[in-house]
Amino acid sequence: MTVKIPPIATSTAARDTSAALSMRMTISKVNFFYGPKQTLFDINMGIATNKVTSLIGPSGCGKSTLLRTLNRMHEAVRGARLEGEILLDGQNILTQDVTAHRRRVGMVFQRPNPFPKSIFDNVAYGLRINGSKTPLSEAVEKSLRHSALWDEVKDHLHKSAYELSGGQQQRLCIARALAVEPEVLLLDEPCSALDPISTAKIEELLVQLKDLCTIVTVTHNMQQAARISDFTAFLLTGQLIEFSPTPQLFTTPGDPRTEAYITGRFG
Amino acid sequence: MSPRLRWRKFVSGFMLTMTGVCALVAVSVLFLILGYLVYHGGTSINWNFFTKLPVPVGETGGGMANAILGSGKLLLLATLFGVPIGFLGAIYLAEFSSSTTAFVVRYAADLLNGVPSIVIGIFAFSLVVHPFKHFSTLAGGFALGLMMIPITLRSTEEFLRAVPRALREAAMALGASKWKTIATVIVPAAYRGILTAILLAFARVAGETAPLLFTALGNQFWSPGWQQPTASLPVMIYTYALAPYDDWHRQAWAAGLVLLGLILIINIVARAILSRGIAVPRT
Repeated sequence: MTVKIPPIATSTAARDTSAALSMRMTISKVNFFYGPKQTLFDINMGIATNKVTSLIGPSGCGKSTLLRTLNRMHEAVRGARLEGEILLDGQNILTQDVTAHRRRVGMVFQRPNPFPKSIFDNVAYGLRINGSKTPLSEAVEKSLRHSALWDEVKDHLHKSAYELSGGQQQRLCIARALAVEPEVLLLDEPCSALDPISTAKIEELLVQLKDLCTIVTVTHNMQQAARISDFTAFLLTGQLIEFSPTPQLFTTPGDPRTEAYITGRFG
Repeated sequence: MSPRLRWRKFVSGFMLTMTGVCALVAVSVLFLILGYLVYHGGTSINWNFFTKLPVPVGETGGGMANAILGSGKLLLLATLFGVPIGFLGAIYLAEFSSSTTAFVVRYAADLLNGVPSIVIGIFAFSLVVHPFKHFSTLAGGFALGLMMIPITLRSTEEFLRAVPRALREAAMALGASKWKTIATVIVPAAYRGILTAILLAFARVAGETAPLLFTALGNQFWSPGWQQPTASLPVMIYTYALAPYDDWHRQAWAAGLVLLGLILIINIVARAILSRGIAVPRT
């Protein structure tokens, strides 16, 4: 079976809008390989500042891989190779110091992964390892307020993070990531391990957080992407098929494959 | 019921009973030893035992205070020498676990673990005793430390690797360097296992006799400092048990009881620490 690589269907509306918006990050000509196997093909897109961008697509399409290149987590995997350029505020992230870069681009993972420390120490972790001079308790309170967890834990800051429920642990992970004041926050299917009520809380949170930082999420849940994101990118087998403002992608998709996916004909 | 079926039922019942009996035998050996020690040595454990030096044969009221202190000093040296090496080596293995060097290190540690303790003794003798021309506590501590290295190393490595990868990723995503991740997340998460590993290594070498025969040798008196030969519980047991004096035999039993008691307590404490759980998030 021959594989055609079709042109990317980026709508004119998206191009116009993105020209007016500033791009916090720019992904250009990115190809990604795990050893000899190529998993991302010629990705070109921009991440708009202070907006929520969602990456959607069926399993194995490369959306998590793409997300992980944005904070260089792929470098932890042996044999992973990235070609192309990823710019953050105009600078190529691949040439920067990786630990400094990861403080600017934070990540929240699919399964909540708080450290086996107290709630306070979890949120303060990033600040402590960076030798931050800001008073810790203020910064911790600020982050916990931003992630809508403060009221629930303010009297229990020294309890272990493991005593929290799944949804609370995920909000704690968000607070932990926010504490270092990143410019971009990446979330890899942040609600897939959570119940619907926690999911709703976190979705609400993400929409509010975009004033603080730029948000990029990967989600398996199309309805979630439709609910919370400003821009949506549809990937399929490592290629970026379509990238448009969310209302447009879901109501009048440009590419027949996008339409097939969002109407549930495959996925 | 056919004869064949009857036979099969009999064999099944017999074998299962045998497995139970053998398990019981294995466990009862420990209790037998303990019982023997308590019976023979229990009466000799008194205040004198812990505070007095050995006295000439024929006199009563002697003790093994110097041996207890000597064992303490030797084990302290062994821990100071063997644990840091084992611990840092384990960190190396846990971080670079699939490189060829790691494979070699692991294999070498396992081999070192299997070296007979008397050979370790000879090695320590030629390295520390012979050049300095005298037996010493240092040499004994060195020999025991060598034995602690592989136990600490392999156990610590297992516990470090048991820490979920998710924690490592979380730390990296916050901008922690590899070493910071290890020092501030991985090691604290594995601390219970690491403590257990150290305790078990300690318990293992506490009773080793052969390496001490050529290094610390023995001493009827106190041995101040670290350069002199020193008495130790295992070697005292050896010396006293071979002697023809009843009083000494009783003291040897008592020493055996103290030693075994110490090792049992350490093992129980180690298990208690570990049973509080290794770091795993509730999901």
